[in-house]
Amino acid sequence: MNRKSLISIMDYSKEDIFKILDLAEEFQNNPKQRLLENFVIASLFFEPSTRTRLSFESAIQKLGGKVVGFSEAANSSVAKGESLKDTILTVSNYSDLIIMRHPIEGSARYASEISSTPIINAGDGANQHPTQCLLDLYSIRKTQGSLENLNIFLVGDLKYGRTVHSLLMAMSDFNPSFNFVSPQQLRLPQEYKDFLNEKEIEYYEHDKLDENIKYADIIYVTRVQKERFSDPVEYEKVKNAYVLKNKMLEETKDNLRILHPLPRVNEIDIDVDANPKAYYFKQAENGVYVRMALICHILGVK
Amino acid sequence: MKGELKVKAIEKGTVIDHIKAENLFKIISIIEIENIDTQIFIGSNLDSKKYGKKAIIKIADRFPSMDDINKIALIDSNAVINIIRDFKVVEKKKVELPETITTYFKCINPHCITNNENVETKFKVINKDGNVNLKCYYCDKITGHNNLVIKR
Ligand SMILES: [Zn+2]
Repeated sequence: MNRKSLISIMDYSKEDIFKILDLAEEFQNNPKQRLLENFVIASLFFEPSTRTRLSFESAIQKLGGKVVGFSEAANSSVAKGESLKDTILTVSNYSDLIIMRHPIEGSARYASEISSTPIINAGDGANQHPTQCLLDLYSIRKTQGSLENLNIFLVGDLKYGRTVHSLLMAMSDFNPSFNFVSPQQLRLPQEYKDFLNEKEIEYYEHDKLDENIKYADIIYVTRVQKERFSDPVEYEKVKNAYVLKNKMLEETKDNLRILHPLPRVNEIDIDVDANPKAYYFKQAENGVYVRMALICHILGVK
Repeated sequence: MKGELKVKAIEKGTVIDHIKAENLFKIISIIEIENIDTQIFIGSNLDSKKYGKKAIIKIADRFPSMDDINKIALIDSNAVINIIRDFKVVEKKKVELPETITTYFKCINPHCITNNENVETKFKVINKDGNVNLKCYYCDKITGHNNLVIKR
């Protein structure tokens, strides 16, 4: 495997992560640096994800780099039945770095084994999405001043939500306490609770979003999707129990910030958007600086 | 008469003994017995004090490496390997769980790359409460001991 590839957030040490967050800060203050003028970066989106693709491509272009690739498999040789292996081997010949999104889990790890250039995983099915995790960490540090000793509320789909799982693993090095708020059917899987127990990290589980949020430093909200329920009646029963509304924020801490990986449906009421504690749009913007930093870190130009 | 003796004795080679009878065919598959060209004797449903019914595999003239044989532990951790020379057991060892395993098992996740492209499986072996589970190197999903399916 190419050592610099980023497939899962767990591939990077605390030092790597801090270096990237510091660099992202620098790009946020001074984004006009043409560090990638001599680089060609492949952006291979085997499934469409406009939001993530634009964030990456904008990061590359701000730094003066060239982007080649495709935005959905239908327009590429993949549609003619080319294997992932052949696509990666071909593209790694004429690019310095490959950013890939693919619907199959483990595809990015496999690509990193066969590719001669580093790979950034921009999402492999329901498995990993490490740049989302980096921008979450960046947003938390930026708003709280530090990653240490925070009380983090994770709300919504904690069973299938991959961003929640990566964030939990990544934050575990920083002495957090966690509060998990979800319907019974979407509780955090046991393997993650085992992980927290092993690390002696404090956590609590709740069925309802209630006044406990007055202790929160971060509320990280995710979407509760109808498809996750085998019984639609169960969904109807719980869907409104996890909606954050502005009036619920009255008693909360001044430093509280609300995060969401976006897109949002109705789990954060639009009346929260104007509250200075709402940070989710800024969080998405931070993604560009974090991706600029990651690319420069991998290519060794900064 | 002892169970082993109901199956023809070999002069030299390897005997895999104390297999639970129900695990025999999985083990035959995992050691790729069809690629062995020497004499092979297999007995099943032999009486055993320990298990009720046990099975035994005797492979003449072949001494596979323990690396190769240890994958048996994923299916039956009580199996015992006897090395035979001159009709006598000269060495007796229990199979040991390997740390990783490649190729032999399928990943339980239908969305995993190993089930969608021509990619060999690779797992970390996790021994939890005496049960063997496999964690996929590619998709991170855990294939439990009840779901081990041999990939062919
Ligand atoms: Zn897998």
